[in-house]
Amino acid sequence: MIRPPAASQYCGQQETTDVTTQPAISAPVISAKGLDLTFQTGDGPVHALRDVSLDINRGDFVSFIGPSGCGKTTFLRVMADLEQPTAGQITVNGTSPEAARKARAYGYVFQAAGLYPWRTIGGNIRLPLEIMGYSRADQDERVKRVMELVELGGFEKKYPWQLSGGMQQRASIARALAFDADLLLMDEPFGALDEIVRDHLNEQLLKLWERTNKTICFVTHSIPEAVYLSTKIVVMSPRPGRITDVIDSPLPRARPLEIRDSPEFIEIAHRVRDGLRAGHAYDD
Amino acid sequence: MRNALPVLTVLLAIMAIWYAAVAPMNIRVALDQAQRGGAVLQPATALERQEVSVWSLMLRNPAQIKDAYAMERPRLPTPGQVAVELWNTTGDMALSGRAMSKRSLIYHGWITLQSTLWGFALGTTLGILGAVAIVYSRVVDMSLMPWAIISQTVPIVALAPMIIVVASQLGISDRTVPKAIISAYLCYFPVLVGMVKGLRSPAHAQLDLLKTYNASGFQAFLKLRLPASVPYLFTSLKVGIAAALVGTIVGELPTGAISGLGARILIGDQFGTPLAIWAALVAAAVLAGALVTLLDLAQRVTLKRMGMQA
Repeated sequence: MIRPPAASQYCGQQETTDVTTQPAISAPVISAKGLDLTFQTGDGPVHALRDVSLDINRGDFVSFIGPSGCGKTTFLRVMADLEQPTAGQITVNGTSPEAARKARAYGYVFQAAGLYPWRTIGGNIRLPLEIMGYSRADQDERVKRVMELVELGGFEKKYPWQLSGGMQQRASIARALAFDADLLLMDEPFGALDEIVRDHLNEQLLKLWERTNKTICFVTHSIPEAVYLSTKIVVMSPRPGRITDVIDSPLPRARPLEIRDSPEFIEIAHRVRDGLRAGHAYDD
Repeated sequence: MRNALPVLTVLLAIMAIWYAAVAPMNIRVALDQAQRGGAVLQPATALERQEVSVWSLMLRNPAQIKDAYAMERPRLPTPGQVAVELWNTTGDMALSGRAMSKRSLIYHGWITLQSTLWGFALGTTLGILGAVAIVYSRVVDMSLMPWAIISQTVPIVALAPMIIVVASQLGISDRTVPKAIISAYLCYFPVLVGMVKGLRSPAHAQLDLLKTYNASGFQAFLKLRLPASVPYLFTSLKVGIAAALVGTIVGELPTGAISGLGARILIGDQFGTPLAIWAALVAAAVLAGALVTLLDLAQRVTLKRMGMQA
């Protein structure tokens, strides 16, 4: 994947995809074109998204970064069919977000772990499997596998209140992984955790991504987190919520924590910061 | 046991106030009786004593104060007298094999308990079903909820006789049925309100999560809303069972009931035996305490089994 960094206002890649046919192997997992979303509020309309176009390819790790109100979470929720765009087109796996949701094409991780206090960790991870009607034996096998994957082996019988915040968030990631969706949508999953735990979880998430070869969309506030994790960084700015820069990261897929001291890393971080500042300039 | 001390302190304070109140409450009647027994009193006749306050009566006739604590039909019996009356109509009768005699409070308590439990079952069922309807239907929410609130502003003492009359008109001769209906009328409301709150307690993100699984409405109810409402349910059940007991007792007051704790209270009033009223009152309080404690125990066990302890 060699592409020049997109310098234009919107995403540089304008691959033509035929929505009516089945997606080819190389077709983007998510393709948004001219997406608008306006919330009608008592204080007048709020433009959460304005003319957002973006293609996300299979295996990408895409971070969405920007200040509050820039629409990054809204964009993620549109992909997940939790919000309806007011204009424009979006496809997920070549179909509508609704069809993708009904096909259980993605796992969604919320900012709060949101584990059920009346279920054990194992029971919480089992929840989507019960709803989707997996057999009991299959459930057991999957719960065990994803718990190993997020390094929570042995905690199956514990209740959420017996775990730390970081462990709870790992359990919620395991819950999203349990039914083997190829796409993982993560909305500031580590936002509420402290720096040290966050570093550790970032490292684990990268390993997990490498092993499972999933496509990940990741919303964050943190520049180092976005640069460290992503193959593609989408910088957004508010009022109206829009994409101001898309950066294809030149960093290798295998990333030790030390990579954050390399000149390339610092250069990308700089560009992200510039993009954020430019988007903010007329704001205050 | 840590909780026992404050409770006992309050209990002791109540007892002290109660004992202190017995003398002024009973002194007039005690003096009337002493006068008939030939004692010389200040003032000498009942008519003259009407003009004098109980405090000065006690000051002027100190010898008769002790009589106020040992009367056959006191206006206000002492806690000790109530305890003796309670024992005579419960434990003593049980020991002599007459627990189910018509004079036994165990018998009357059992009658009241039956109606209370029927009313509780009926009220709880209606409350839970109503809450589910309200949570899942906006139309029901807007139409039923105001009526549920209005229903609780109607005085139950006004409604109770009507329910009993209508029930007998419909040919229901068993008094348990109208009593259970009155009891359910008081009991369903706290359950309804608590369950509406409980079923609505899951956060938006929780419901969004289930949407991403493409879960059906029934699955969301069974796996999220229902378990989330359990702590709310138990809290309102405890309020509900106490309300159900009150409803049953109110249902036993009017129109010629002869059994049940409420009937005992009414008969005690009509025949001028306050001791019987007080004994029935204490029996009702003990019954309510026992029922609430049982539900509290069930709550602890259930929440512990659900892992919801913190």
